Amino acid sequence: MTLEFLDLSKTFSGEMEGESVHTLDHIEYRVENGRFVTIIGPSGCGKTTLLRIIAGLEKASAGKVLLDGKEMVQGSEEVGMVFQEYALFPWRTTLQNIEMGLEIRGISREKRRLTAMEYVKNFDLAGFENRYPRELSGGMKQRVAIARTLIMNPRIVLMDEPFGSLDSQTRNAMQEFLLKIWQKRGDTIIFVTHNVDEAVFLSDEIVVLSRRPARMIKRIEVELSRPRDRTSEECNKIRRDVLKILEEEMKREG
Amino acid sequence: MKKDRYLLLLLLISIWQGLSSLHLIPSYKLASPVEIILGFIDLMIVGVPPGHLLHHHVLYSLYRVALGYGVAALLAIPLGLLMGWFPKLRRMVSPLVEVVRPIPPLAWIPIAILWFGIGIKSAAFIIFLGAFFPILLNTIAGVLSINPLLVEAARTLHAKEKDIFYKVLLPGSVPSIFVGMRIGIGVGWMTLVAAEFTGVKEGFGLGYMIMTARDIQRPDEILAGMLVIGVIGLLIDVGLRATESRMIRWR
Repeated sequence: MTLEFLDLSKTFSGEMEGESVHTLDHIEYRVENGRFVTIIGPSGCGKTTLLRIIAGLEKASAGKVLLDGKEMVQGSEEVGMVFQEYALFPWRTTLQNIEMGLEIRGISREKRRLTAMEYVKNFDLAGFENRYPRELSGGMKQRVAIARTLIMNPRIVLMDEPFGSLDSQTRNAMQEFLLKIWQKRGDTIIFVTHNVDEAVFLSDEIVVLSRRPARMIKRIEVELSRPRDRTSEECNKIRRDVLKILEEEMKREG
Repeated sequence: MKKDRYLLLLLLISIWQGLSSLHLIPSYKLASPVEIILGFIDLMIVGVPPGHLLHHHVLYSLYRVALGYGVAALLAIPLGLLMGWFPKLRRMVSPLVEVVRPIPPLAWIPIAILWFGIGIKSAAFIIFLGAFFPILLNTIAGVLSINPLLVEAARTLHAKEKDIFYKVLLPGSVPSIFVGMRIGIGVGWMTLVAAEFTGVKEGFGLGYMIMTARDIQRPDEILAGMLVIGVIGLLIDVGLRATESRMIRWR
C-alpha cells in the first residue's frame, strides 16, 4: 500500500487573531509499500501533526493524503497508530486492551480472545494477560500498545516516538523486537523520533523535517542490511550526516 | 495496635455511665449507656409507637432512600456523562445547576409536600435532591479528568461515538462516580431523617421514630434511634467502599 502526501499543509488557528500556528508547509512525499520510514526533525516541528493527519485525528488545512492513489478517508481501517505515552486504557487488563479494537469491530468474545492470546504469546506478555497497565513495566506497556494496534491488521502503522520514554536498554530491545515483527508482517511503518541512532538502526529511509513550519529538507536512504550493528562505521556515517543536517537546521535564522 | 483505637471511646462511655449512676447527669436529659441499650431493646420488641417495631422503621427508611437515591443515580450519571462530554450542554445546564444546588434539600420540604403530598414520594424527592447534585458534579468531573489521549487511542481503533461513550467515558469516570455516590448517599441519608420528621404518612421511618420517642419523652429511645441511624449510615458507606474497591482494582 503506497501512501502519498500531496502538497500537505496545516495551520492551527488560535483562539484569537494572529495566534494561528503554521505547522506543516507543503509536504510532498511518497512512501512505498512495506517500507520502514522514519521522520526526524527538531522537537515541536510538526512530526506528530503529520501522523495525526494520516491517522484521521486531525484535518489537513490544504493538500491531500492518498492511499494507493485514492484520497484517504478519515480514520481509515488501513491505518493504525501507536502513541508515545502508550495510551493504554488503565481500567482494562493486558488482554482487554489488546482486544479493544476487535471488540469495537464486533468480533465475538471467543474469537477475539483467541486472537488476542496469540498476540499475548508473540509479544512476550504471557503471564501478564490479566494484569492492569499500572502493574506493567514501560517496555511491556508499549508491547501491549503495539499489539493493540497490530491486531487490527493495519497496512500502515504510525508510531509516534513509541520508545521515547524507555530507558536505553529497553529501548534497544524494543527496536529489535519491532524489526522482527515488521519483517514478519511486512506492513508499512511511519516512525517518528528525534533520536538519530534509532532512526539509523531501524529505517529503510529517513526523512528530515525542518523547524516549524515543517518542510521536507532531506531524504536519506539507509541501504544497510539487517541486522545492523549500531556501532559500525556505516551506521556512524549516516548518523553524522543526519546530525549535520539537523544542526544546520537549528542554526538557521528564523 | 487496634486496641488503642477504642480506648478513648470506652473510657468516655465508662465515665458517662459512672456519672449517670451517681445521678450527676439527669437521665431525663441524657440517658445512660445502659439505659440506651435497654431503650434499644424496647425499640426492637415493643416499638415506638407501640407495635411499630425497629426493623419496620429501618425498612421504611431504607426503602425511601433506595427510591430517592436510585432515581438520583439513574438520572445524574447519564446526564453527568453527557454534560462532561458535550461542552455546549454543560454550558447550557450549568447555570441551572448552580442556582438549584445551593438550596438545602430540607428547604424543599414544604413545596415537596405541596407537589407530592405527605408520603413516600415527597420523602424520596427530598433524598433525590440531596443525592443528585453530588453524583452529577462528580460524574462531570470524572469525564473531564479522562486523558484525551485515551479518546484518541480509541478513535484510531475506529471507535464510534457509542463506543467512546461506553468503553472510554463510562469506565474512565467510574472512580469519580463512586466518590459522588458516596457523598450522595451520605447527604441522602442525613436528609432522610429530617424529611421523616414531617413528611410521614405511614407511621414508619427512623426519623419519625425518634420524633415520636421525643413526644413520649423517652430520651433513651431517642439516643438508641440516633445510634441506629448512625450505624446504618456507616454500614452503607462500608458497603459502597467495598463495591468501589472491587470495581476499580485497576487503580
